[in-house]
Amino acid sequence: MLLINMEFAPDKKIVRHLGMVQGSIVRAKHIGRDIMAGLKNVVGGELKGYTELMNEARDAAVERMCEQAESLGANAILNIRFSTSTVTSSASEILVYGSAVILEDR
Amino acid sequence: MYLPFELLIPLGLLVLGYVAGRFNEKRHYRRIHEGEDRYRDLLVLPGRDLPPNLLRHSAKMVSGNVVISVDYFKVILAGLRNLVGGRIAAYESLIDRARREAILRLQAEARSLNADAVFNLRFETSRISGDLRRGVGSMEVLAYGTALIPRQ
Repeated sequence: MLLINMEFAPDKKIVRHLGMVQGSIVRAKHIGRDIMAGLKNVVGGELKGYTELMNEARDAAVERMCEQAESLGANAILNIRFSTSTVTSSASEILVYGSAVILEDR
Repeated sequence: MYLPFELLIPLGLLVLGYVAGRFNEKRHYRRIHEGEDRYRDLLVLPGRDLPPNLLRHSAKMVSGNVVISVDYFKVILAGLRNLVGGRIAAYESLIDRARREAILRLQAEARSLNADAVFNLRFETSRISGDLRRGVGSMEVLAYGTALIPRQ
């Protein structure tokens, strides 16, 4: 599955549009990591645990989007956008969406 | 001089936050400048009009993210700033660091793919922890774009 966040692929042509696909995941806070984050809030700096956590959550959302695109028979997703929103103070939603297409080499 | 115990803890945190926060910020900016020098030749653009020499390249999405935390001194500073209004420079530098770090990670991924340039850069910023009453806890910045890779 080819992922691109532009509305075209320079070396390929779009054969068919298959509509929008999306994947989302709601992620709760990890209590152990949150305690570490609380300590880090005093001295500042990067929260590596949270960086990884967000990365994994986003990968999972992308994975769901890809599954949906595969079931439509697509081989690429164009114009991908990410969106993050806070559901409650302890959970946030990660959404990824794009348009599923069939691409062909030109 | 007698200092009540209740005052000692916030004061200690304030001093610790100031010293460690300043140190962390300086070190982080030094790393960012080094990284920006290293990736100077790898163009990252928010536009999507490809120049003719990139029109035969293949494309792949790349991204970089970072979660960065405030320090206690910045929180207090911002709290005081909220009383009189105006720019909160302490948070500006925090978000600036996060954005530039996210771009560096995106460039690192693009470089590992042998990309010539990254187009259509987008940012996504969100608050990770901390509620509105207590102010910003930590911020996440995600940078993503499309890397253009020469075809073999």
